[in-house]
Amino acid sequence: MRMDLIQPFINSADAVLAQALESPVSIENLSMDENAYLRHGTAAEVCFKGEIEGRIIFDVDRGTGVQLASRLAGVAISEADDALVREAVCELANQIIGNAVTTLNDQGFHFHVLPPTLHTSEQGGKSSEDTEALVMCLSTSSGNVFMNVALRYLRRRTTERATAAG
Amino acid sequence: MEKFAPVKRSEDGQPVRYLIVDDSVFARKNLARMIESFGGQVIGEAGDGVTAISEYERLSPDIVLMDITMPQMEGIEAAEKIVRDHPGARIVMVSSVGYQENIVAALQRGARHFVQKPVKPEVLYEVIKYVMRDDGTSARGAGAGV
Repeated sequence: MRMDLIQPFINSADAVLAQALESPVSIENLSMDENAYLRHGTAAEVCFKGEIEGRIIFDVDRGTGVQLASRLAGVAISEADDALVREAVCELANQIIGNAVTTLNDQGFHFHVLPPTLHTSEQGGKSSEDTEALVMCLSTSSGNVFMNVALRYLRRRTTERATAAG
Repeated sequence: MEKFAPVKRSEDGQPVRYLIVDDSVFARKNLARMIESFGGQVIGEAGDGVTAISEYERLSPDIVLMDITMPQMEGIEAAEKIVRDHPGARIVMVSSVGYQENIVAALQRGARHFVQKPVKPEVLYEVIKYVMRDDGTSARGAGAGV
């Protein structure tokens, strides 16, 4: 597992959620996932193409989704308003992943991010030897937020290639 | 939300008129709340770059707040097309993806400034004041990295 690829996502999730919810966030659990990913509730998926390929799933259960949407909207959202909950989950995923991608690009990793889409299947793909999959659970004032990060690094950076070549 | 001293148009002292362009309803609502706290007026919203161009033509806003990653047409391309037809357009890019290449591309194609999401009201406020002071020729390429 390359922590230099994963760490920006942890930092970004922590910072963006703390700002959006105006309350502290803590990492409850961080583990490698060898099985197919099982969705908890409303989930957004963001895919990458380029030197880094893979996907990140941002996932919350129903109650947490309603609370997150209410916080973002500044008014109470009804549990029946699925569209607004999905919209809130996609926007938070977009901000968390966008900030992490900014850090990675400025470190020299070049890749393109596709817009978030709803992840509707009950389970995602399994991790493999070359695709690092990490599940993190973040505890927030609105409930637990899960992120499944499955990335594959395709090409070494120019500086690493130069170092390796001596 | 914190209240700010109102930003007015220098030519007539009227509230600044904004067009908000973002495919996320939440992002638009959030920006609209901030604009109200700056004493501004949201005169239109769009969820993609194509609609942004037509809404700009229809409304002639003082400032456009433009997301980058959107369906149909991305924000940088929409900004370029608006500025090509309206060289005085004041467009501020607002995006979660703020790496240097993106910022430079936006500024080179006519955006006046760049603000990274999640947007802090005090940061956006300073950018708005700066852009409204600007005469449209000096800021391009100089104001990134807020």
